[in-house]
Amino acid sequence: MEAFGLLLHGFAVLLTWKTLVLMMVGLVLGVFVGVLPGLGGPNGVAILLPLTFTMDPTSAIVMLSCIYWGALFGGAITSILFNIPGEAWSVATTFDGYPMAQQGRAAEALTAAFTSSFIGSLVAVLLITFLAPMISSFALKFGPPEFFAVYLLTFCSFVGLGREAKHKTVISMSLGLLLAGIGMDTVSGNLRMTFGSSELLRGINFLVAVIGLFGISEILLTMEERLALRGHAASISLRVVLSVWKDLPKYWVTLLRSSFIGCWLGITPGGAIAASFMGYNLAKRFSKDPESFGKGRIEGVFAPETAAHASGTAALLPMLALGIPGSGTAAILLGGLMVWGLNPGPLLFVEHKDFVWGLIASMYLGNVVGLVLVLTTVPIFASILRVPFAAVAPMIVVSCAIGAYAIQNAMFDIWLMLGFGVVGYVFKKIGIPLAPFTLALVLGNRAEDAFRLSMIGSGGDLKVFWSNGLVGSITTLAILLLFWPVVDGLLGRVGWTQRTRATSR
Amino acid sequence: MSQTDLEIVVDDPTAPEEDSPSVVSSGTIEIFVCILLLALAATLGYDNWRSGASWDSTGPEPGYFPFYLSAILGGGSLYGLIAALVAHRKAAETFVTRAQARRVMAVFVPTLLFCLVTQFLGLYVASFLLIASFMRAIGKIALWKSLLTAFVFTAIMFVTFDIAFDVIMPKGPLEAAFGH
Repeated sequence: MEAFGLLLHGFAVLLTWKTLVLMMVGLVLGVFVGVLPGLGGPNGVAILLPLTFTMDPTSAIVMLSCIYWGALFGGAITSILFNIPGEAWSVATTFDGYPMAQQGRAAEALTAAFTSSFIGSLVAVLLITFLAPMISSFALKFGPPEFFAVYLLTFCSFVGLGREAKHKTVISMSLGLLLAGIGMDTVSGNLRMTFGSSELLRGINFLVAVIGLFGISEILLTMEERLALRGHAASISLRVVLSVWKDLPKYWVTLLRSSFIGCWLGITPGGAIAASFMGYNLAKRFSKDPESFGKGRIEGVFAPETAAHASGTAALLPMLALGIPGSGTAAILLGGLMVWGLNPGPLLFVEHKDFVWGLIASMYLGNVVGLVLVLTTVPIFASILRVPFAAVAPMIVVSCAIGAYAIQNAMFDIWLMLGFGVVGYVFKKIGIPLAPFTLALVLGNRAEDAFRLSMIGSGGDLKVFWSNGLVGSITTLAILLLFWPVVDGLLGRVGWTQRTRATSR
Repeated sequence: MSQTDLEIVVDDPTAPEEDSPSVVSSGTIEIFVCILLLALAATLGYDNWRSGASWDSTGPEPGYFPFYLSAILGGGSLYGLIAALVAHRKAAETFVTRAQARRVMAVFVPTLLFCLVTQFLGLYVASFLLIASFMRAIGKIALWKSLLTAFVFTAIMFVTFDIAFDVIMPKGPLEAAFGH
């Protein structure tokens, strides 16, 4: 009940004309970057971050999170109308969404996608509202060993549960952690890995890296492909919306199951991609008519969209409560918080109540406004795709450069962005995942500080990570997750996970 | 009512040919990247060892944590190198075709020049030049449309960042002539 009262306070903080206008601007920009090829949620948030530098933290984070919601909504438009998944988590939406558009049911598919996105996000926001304060107050009891154990758990889950080759995730993560350590050591004041360069004294700002890795590399990748589009135009009428909403109760099990999967995979670093596929596969598996999936079944749109959006939103829970982002975009938002001098984690709920509850309230309002916005403006946003990519690409490059420069007012960062763009392009093409790299770059210094403080406290004894039940359990779980394929194989032998594997197929 | 009879069609006049020959295989690039990462791990590892990778009276030295990370990066890269060498003999998946490489260069080279020009002429002039020339040369868009789009976009960026949000961008002689 306390959470409910604080949430109302959050709405009071939020309901000013200025914030509402920023919310609308954020949503429109978000849908815009979601629809445009070569952009997406993480890039959009990173590139547009400099716009918020002069704002107060609440207004800034509201605008950034609305860019995020908008981008999530926008991705479904290209998936359904053009069979082009703007993000990897939209792939499963194309399975039934595009066939529906081909059958003349584009408006129905879009309404289903937007509505299920809204439901998935809503469930995750409810979870954040009631769970985040509890987790953060529990985390206030954490010391450095517990925090390091949680960081370790995050890193190990990426390696153990990731779909990519394990050594590639390890390379990506260790490279990110190493680059985070460049510059002045926060504890001793010594310079590390700068090789005499004055430019490297500042260290590598992770936002610069993100803009290059995601923004510039995506432009290079998009240019590589054929940019011709052929798809359906659609407008959504109130009649179609009401007809889809009237049928929603029929799919309550699918919606609930996908929301649960999404929330789970958002809090753990499973991610929205895994969530959308798992949501789709489980909907198909438990359907009375699985053969109809892939041929334009509305449930095939509901399931992945609900799961992906629940996951994308739930990824903000560990970011707010523990300071550990559950996704790439959450990591960028976390970077934004640090730019404004806020320290994400348990103390945020104590020291910056207005900010936290304003943000949570904006999640509710942003999703409602976002839903109405996309339902009413689909034709406008779909027509953005008519703009030639040769006009869009250089504008994105310029926006990236502005973003990279504005963070530290350094020309060197523009060059760094370009370098990271090439790295991102090559890494994506040879299958080295970028999400662990981003996460490691954000969390690197905090993880190192927690490790060093733990080791100083214990006189260098690694047993500190098993010194009590809590830290011991988290560390053990981290190690189990690191070797998850082996553990899974062993459990499979005794028949434990056969059913789980079967259902995820 | 849904209007699915309407279609949005966008053509790509400079689309890469489907049958363009491969320039380099993914395996070769993977080997190259692993060697580079291995070299980076060795360099960073050495630097961290030099700045202290053990314990002193106050706890772990500055290079302690990154030294072991360098070792992990080196291990991962070495494993990747061996795996890529083994797999390289079996399959030669294309990393980039000639036509694709040409298109990637068509973006990369102007971006590189844009960064260079920004350093001397400022960001806004460089932006104008990049957008106008890219639209004209790559997109084959009419000159007046390219110039107008570049001007409008650059002006919007200037008003948004330098004036409305007070985020100061690098300037050159043109802005200086106008007192900025």
